[in-house]
Amino acid sequence: MKKTLTTTVPAALIALGLAGGASAEIKIGASVSATGPAAFLGDPEAKTLEMLVEEQNAKGGINGEQIALVLYDDGGDANKARTFATRLIEDDEVQAIIGGTTTGTSMSILAVAEDAEIPFISLAGAIDIVQPVKPYTFKTPHTDRMACQKIFEDMQKRGIGKIGMISGTDGFGASMQAQCKDVVGEYGIEIAADETYDPKDADMTAQLTKLRNTEGVQAVLNPGFGQGPSIVTRNYRQLGIDLPLYQSHGVASDGFIELAGKEAAEGVRLPGTALLVADLLAEDDPQKPVVSTYKTAFEGKFKQPVGTFGGYAHDGFALLVDAVTRAGSTEPGAIRDALEQTQGLAGTTGIYTMTPEDHLGLDLSAFRMLEVRDGTWSIVE
Amino acid sequence: MSELLQFLFSGLTVGAVYALVALGFTIIYNASDVVNFAQGEFVMLGGMITWFAHAAGLPLPLAALLAIIATAALGVAINKLAIEPARGAPIVTLIIITIGASVFVQGAAQLVFDKQIHTFPAFSGDTPLRVMDATIQPQSLWVIGGALVVFVGLWLFFTRTLLGRAVLATSNNRLAAQLVGINTNFVMTLSFALSAGIGALAGVLATPITLTAYNVGIGFALKGFAGAMLGGMGNPKGALAGGFLIGLIEAMTAGYLSSTYKEAAAFVVILLVLFFMPQGLFGRKSTERV
Repeated sequence: MKKTLTTTVPAALIALGLAGGASAEIKIGASVSATGPAAFLGDPEAKTLEMLVEEQNAKGGINGEQIALVLYDDGGDANKARTFATRLIEDDEVQAIIGGTTTGTSMSILAVAEDAEIPFISLAGAIDIVQPVKPYTFKTPHTDRMACQKIFEDMQKRGIGKIGMISGTDGFGASMQAQCKDVVGEYGIEIAADETYDPKDADMTAQLTKLRNTEGVQAVLNPGFGQGPSIVTRNYRQLGIDLPLYQSHGVASDGFIELAGKEAAEGVRLPGTALLVADLLAEDDPQKPVVSTYKTAFEGKFKQPVGTFGGYAHDGFALLVDAVTRAGSTEPGAIRDALEQTQGLAGTTGIYTMTPEDHLGLDLSAFRMLEVRDGTWSIVE
Repeated sequence: MSELLQFLFSGLTVGAVYALVALGFTIIYNASDVVNFAQGEFVMLGGMITWFAHAAGLPLPLAALLAIIATAALGVAINKLAIEPARGAPIVTLIIITIGASVFVQGAAQLVFDKQIHTFPAFSGDTPLRVMDATIQPQSLWVIGGALVVFVGLWLFFTRTLLGRAVLATSNNRLAAQLVGINTNFVMTLSFALSAGIGALAGVLATPITLTAYNVGIGFALKGFAGAMLGGMGNPKGALAGGFLIGLIEAMTAGYLSSTYKEAAAFVVILLVLFFMPQGLFGRKSTERV
């Protein structure tokens, strides 16, 4: 009896205090991999979220309510991500979650969020996250399957019919390798040689020599991220291979050109986002204002170039702000419904239009085919 | 023919890096029987400090020198702060301490530096050298040369100098070494400084090829350790041969068989060698001789 009293009274007081307070707030939870093996993706994501929340609050929050961000660093560990997701929902009582830098951590968070019926926006690539569609899970980055399709479209235009692949054995590389092999038939292209490398390898000349010596290969495609693709690009030039080289969106950043070296990167093509070529976009491009604003703010604040991955976090937050604004409510169910009705929202990655059947909301037009020319990116379509 | 040569170059480039790491393992193992798993972090620090100092405006040779000295100092600090206080503990405990040190250094590196991947210019440019129909980066020659120079230096040190013999004596029997007047504490400190310095040198030489980031240490440590095991722990000759062999096996497997089996092939060879020659290819003759 006594016990009930001591717990009920403070609870009632807190409830009263909240109800009486002038500024209720919107609580957004986030679990990203700011450290660990995916740190170079998660770190800009964490920075982006903190910066955007600060900016939005300075503008008066959403519908006059301030945003509180609860940010955890799961270090790329799927188990930690699951723990943090539970903590975000049960202890921090957030109304929505952004995060899951990698596919593994996203899958962990997704399971918890679906059970608790809290909207979750993933920042990872794999198509499994939103296919089949789960009621509370959304996602901002295009899938690796779309990247393959974009690349094969471009190859088709250039009359390339036979290619060699060299893929990283990490999760990203392996997943994209599988997706590319799955869709390549639709474009009438044949994979004549299929090599792999460990993401920590220091030299890929042996594999590339094999590709070069394979009869009839007209181009090489390298799914992968991190240092591997940079080394592949260097080795490609070292061996003097004269065929077109395609990289994935996993290396779509200025850092790639720097690491591979300007000369070695010359002519490399990849599907990238508008963010990478902010200055080259047409004035009437609907993504231009979004991309320029984010780029200027991020680079001004953190003194490092923006990348595709920070852009995913930007879009996740933008989707949420848009949904809460339209819902006029911070109730998780209402936010979910509004997210699903997102129409033509311009983000850094593309223009999002969600439906009950599509919780990604992007099509191939979100990718721009880019080529490195004179040490910088240019648009080739 | 040019294909074989190309695979050979690929193997030598990577193998030289492994050999340098394996040589670092050798020194601390010789002084203390401890396998220092922080060896990979020394390589990482060599690369990261050089990049950081170079980006801050220091000329490359000076930045590299600074990285080697700073890393050697850190090696001494690890010995003084973590290994020495645990003296007398079983060797397994000491090895676990080195793993702890490795985690600590990695964590500190991502705070002090950053989490991005970095590189700095190759010492002699990026124009590949053409030999017959194969090519090799000039920087590969720097790494291979570095491994050979360090090997000769160590070999002379362990076999021709009093101090080097004192290191081996300390390893063989610490108490006996103390009784004949060897300052075993100094020997340990020296070993850590030397080992860390060599690790950092490996990082400096290899970074233009392999690139660097705060978390590359573990990969180097594992492959270097494999090389040292293959050649025979504690023997510089073994470390050199083991490192190069692993690089060559990897390159040949990737080239002639399939890149899928590359990692596995190297480890199968190590298992076979250890199974039939438990001391590795070159055993521990040098210690026994003292």
